[in-house]
Amino acid sequence: MKNYDAIVVGAGHNGLTNAAYLAKSGLNVLCVEKNDYIGGATVSRNLYKDWIYSNCSYVCSLLRPEIYRDLDLGRHGLQVTPSGGGANFMENGDYLGSYTDHEVQHREFARFSQADADAYERYAADVMRQCRFIRDFLLRTPPDPTSFKLRDLKELAYLGSKFFAMGEKRMYETIRFWTMSVADYLNEYFESPVIKAKLSGSGIIGTALGIHSPGTSYVLLHHYMGDVDGNIGAWGFARGGTGAVASAISKAFQSYGGELRTEAGVERITVKNGKVTGVVLPNGEEIKAKIVVSALDVKNTFLRCMDKSDLDEEFYHRVKNFKIRGSSGKLNIALGGLPTFPALPQGSRLINGFMHFTDSMERMERAYDDWKEGTWSKDPYVDMMIPTLTDPTMAPPGKHFMSCFVQYCPAQIEGRDWTDEERKQFGQTVIDQIASYSPDFKSLIEHVEIRTPAVIEDEIGITEGNIFHGELTMDQLMFNRPIPGYAQYRGPVGGLYMCGSSTHPGGGIMAAPGCNAAREILLDLKRPNVTPISFGDD
Amino acid sequence: MADNYDVIVIGAGHNGLVCASLLAKAGKKTLVLEANEQVGGAAVTRSFAEGYSVSAAAHLLYQLQPQVEKDLGLKVSLAAERLGTIALSGDGNHVRINGDDVSGVSNEDRAGYRHFRKRMTRFADLLSTYLNKSAPRLGRDASRPDMMTLAQLGFGLRRLGRKEMQEFLRLIGMNIRDEVHERFESALLRGAISLDATLGTHLGPRSPNTILTYLYRLAGTHATLSLPAGGMGAVSEALAQSARDNGAVIHTGMKVSQVIVENGHVAGVETESGESFASRRVVSNADPKSTMMKLVGVRHLETGFTQRIRHIRMRGNAAKLHLALDSLPVIEGINKREFGDRFLIAPDDVYVERAFNHAKYRETSAKPVFEITFPSFRDSSLAPTGKHVLSAIIQYVPYELGAGWSRDTHDAFLKLAVETLSVYMPDLEQRITASELLTPADIEEQFHITGGHWHHGELTLDQFLFTRPVGGAHQYAMPVDGLYLCGAGTHPGGGVSGAAGRNAARAILRSEKTV
Repeated sequence: MKNYDAIVVGAGHNGLTNAAYLAKSGLNVLCVEKNDYIGGATVSRNLYKDWIYSNCSYVCSLLRPEIYRDLDLGRHGLQVTPSGGGANFMENGDYLGSYTDHEVQHREFARFSQADADAYERYAADVMRQCRFIRDFLLRTPPDPTSFKLRDLKELAYLGSKFFAMGEKRMYETIRFWTMSVADYLNEYFESPVIKAKLSGSGIIGTALGIHSPGTSYVLLHHYMGDVDGNIGAWGFARGGTGAVASAISKAFQSYGGELRTEAGVERITVKNGKVTGVVLPNGEEIKAKIVVSALDVKNTFLRCMDKSDLDEEFYHRVKNFKIRGSSGKLNIALGGLPTFPALPQGSRLINGFMHFTDSMERMERAYDDWKEGTWSKDPYVDMMIPTLTDPTMAPPGKHFMSCFVQYCPAQIEGRDWTDEERKQFGQTVIDQIASYSPDFKSLIEHVEIRTPAVIEDEIGITEGNIFHGELTMDQLMFNRPIPGYAQYRGPVGGLYMCGSSTHPGGGIMAAPGCNAAREILLDLKRPNVTPISFGDD
Repeated sequence: MADNYDVIVIGAGHNGLVCASLLAKAGKKTLVLEANEQVGGAAVTRSFAEGYSVSAAAHLLYQLQPQVEKDLGLKVSLAAERLGTIALSGDGNHVRINGDDVSGVSNEDRAGYRHFRKRMTRFADLLSTYLNKSAPRLGRDASRPDMMTLAQLGFGLRRLGRKEMQEFLRLIGMNIRDEVHERFESALLRGAISLDATLGTHLGPRSPNTILTYLYRLAGTHATLSLPAGGMGAVSEALAQSARDNGAVIHTGMKVSQVIVENGHVAGVETESGESFASRRVVSNADPKSTMMKLVGVRHLETGFTQRIRHIRMRGNAAKLHLALDSLPVIEGINKREFGDRFLIAPDDVYVERAFNHAKYRETSAKPVFEITFPSFRDSSLAPTGKHVLSAIIQYVPYELGAGWSRDTHDAFLKLAVETLSVYMPDLEQRITASELLTPADIEEQFHITGGHWHHGELTLDQFLFTRPVGGAHQYAMPVDGLYLCGAGTHPGGGVSGAAGRNAARAILRSEKTV
């Protein structure tokens, strides 16, 4: 039997990134994946005829440029095309367009409110400042504020100095920004309901919070802090679907001599005398390694793959109460042609971007109320787009793929499992909402894949199908993520590490957790650091 | 102009009185001007029906800071102390909470509650140290005491020990719902704690930040509930007496209409009746919005500052209900001795959350939550012999009602409130001889608090410590020379605590020393 230095559990983009860096440093690394395809939720699937679905994550922006460059992902086939356009459709038949050209966006906002158009300048600058502040911390390990170790004290001092460098007024602004609800924050700038609805969406995507919940301004930031080619806040598509990201990282991993095994789910992470010894596969096969890195979410890692007796009781209790809530669903649709949206001017390029059908913050919040009651939103917030307008390789010529991210969609219906009938009704709710703005939409549908959190969990394994592997609330961010005292990627057992989105800085196709975890592992092994250094605040 | 004073305090709310008394004690010639005929602001005892009196806004005393009592040598006479709490159940199986003990729940919950309270009071104690001093300034202009406070805060956190510090940092931004679900199985207990965490706020149990509001409630006296003899007005009267004893002059029925500003420095105040009083120092107990926007006026303020003041969220959600009863109502499972306790209608956290949902859309809760007391049960001065007063805080009743507040909407909600109470007190309607409902709109009108908000500004992390009322002006001095705030809108916040008034007085006296 072959012996490995390290085993990485789960070939999602973070697992692969972690494995790539460990392999790069010269370790003998095996990455195991339970499915017969890699990527986890960063995946392109061929589920219907010649269509390729990005059937979980669907856009790319957060991927850290340091990693993209360092792993040479371009050479490994990753191409990210910036997206543009988008619209919020309104009940009164009008629409609010999204434009990448700042001047045009200003004029579009002015159509609804001149004051809002002017406020947008201020808003964009203020949010950008917060983005720059946080971006520097994405590729750094959060310091432990309770520790007296020199390294932690130094990192705390660094954080403090960055904060103080903002100047007094902006420090207060930052405190407010990090703690406010996105609705309250937007209310300070804007008056037009549709503009507020458009901007508030990013405050709730992937979270079990409503726009009125304090802390959602931060979530907004989490969606803004990415970039495409250095354009902070821009979004793009990976050519060939988001699976192309995982595929490029896995090629980098393999180019460093790493070994990848699919259809090899981990049944158990084995522990002896307080140290990991390897993993056991469902067929009983045992693979030994002194280091095991889990890219799975913390609940999966500790509650499913580990023996309770190997864990400290308090740690176990904290993991059990880690908040990882199913709040979003997904529809992937194969279209026989391009649907029309009569509200948009003919030939408008706005159709290339994200389309939303919610025109007030009240509708956004009511969608959340449905989720709290244990059911899917009857008037959901849908983040819809047609990637084939940017990347025609994903569907046969003249045909299209439509991706609909849907908020809110619970993991269970009123505390029990979804029935198939309910899943279809959920899909119909979304289709009906879109169809009310596109008369020919329904007739173009050739195939629909309807994914609730439960479906995503079954397939990908993420607990409750939560796209961030855990809520992005203050009690689960930075040094609190995933569990206070365990934010530095080390598990509670010797040789065990965490590198998934449950760790800092969280989810999205960022690859930062995987990279950060690798840095910590190499530090423990006293090997040179081969992970890239943060570009800082650009 | 009439007499010249060292300091004029606008508003004889409890914070204004604490501030005035401390300033007078330090030898300042102090004048207090109160718009209403009574002192106390929202801490008053008023008659609402022939022979019936009630604490008109705040009705339970649990936050008065020991430091305030000590500094002023205050002795509040209590009609009852250490009130128990009874979380009402429709079937008579109520949950009773006394201090850190709870009955009517499983043994696990009982032990869990004790543990929960222990941890929470420990955290609240840490917090209360910082509630009783100015919040430090950050940045280059921070003074030595500011740096000391920050260092103390860091040290205080460390002193909790590693585990507890981690818990504190985890919990401080969290919501109460997740915490009660993690710890307790009893729905009533979950509901009761959720209610305590959300009372007086525009938050539901699921809203992050509700652990903070819960801790705030415990800070100082660990939420040991008392009923002052003679109602809350008696506390204000005692404070007014303390101020007078220290030499302050208090005029009631004099509403200040303007703070006079000359060359960027306050010069005095003018009242609605046209009288003016000169002083180089003016301290306002009014909320930050009324003070800055109405009394001072935007022309004396920098635009960026005005904008931050305008953004303070202070739309109240708590209404007050007063019922005159010809006798105590019947409550299943409650014996007569227990009517001196505090009753809650919040059967579980979901009920509280649903009640909150309406407030987001400017509606009143279809099934509101209640905090109920029968103050006359322990204090016979409040009602004719054998008769009783029911005093309740009701949530959620938004200040800005979508339909607008009118006689009709007001009466419709009063009817709903009585109906909801009647579920637990079936004979209540027959007992009622008079009633009074104060919506946040009424509270704004009668107590001159913008938005009728309990805390003069939402108590959330973005309006707390460094950013209360607004960042950079959070140490009581306002950006008009000689002007100060001392009300609940400043650090640390509302409740009959006296902390803001005391902190403000100390800040004023300290600034004089440095000048």
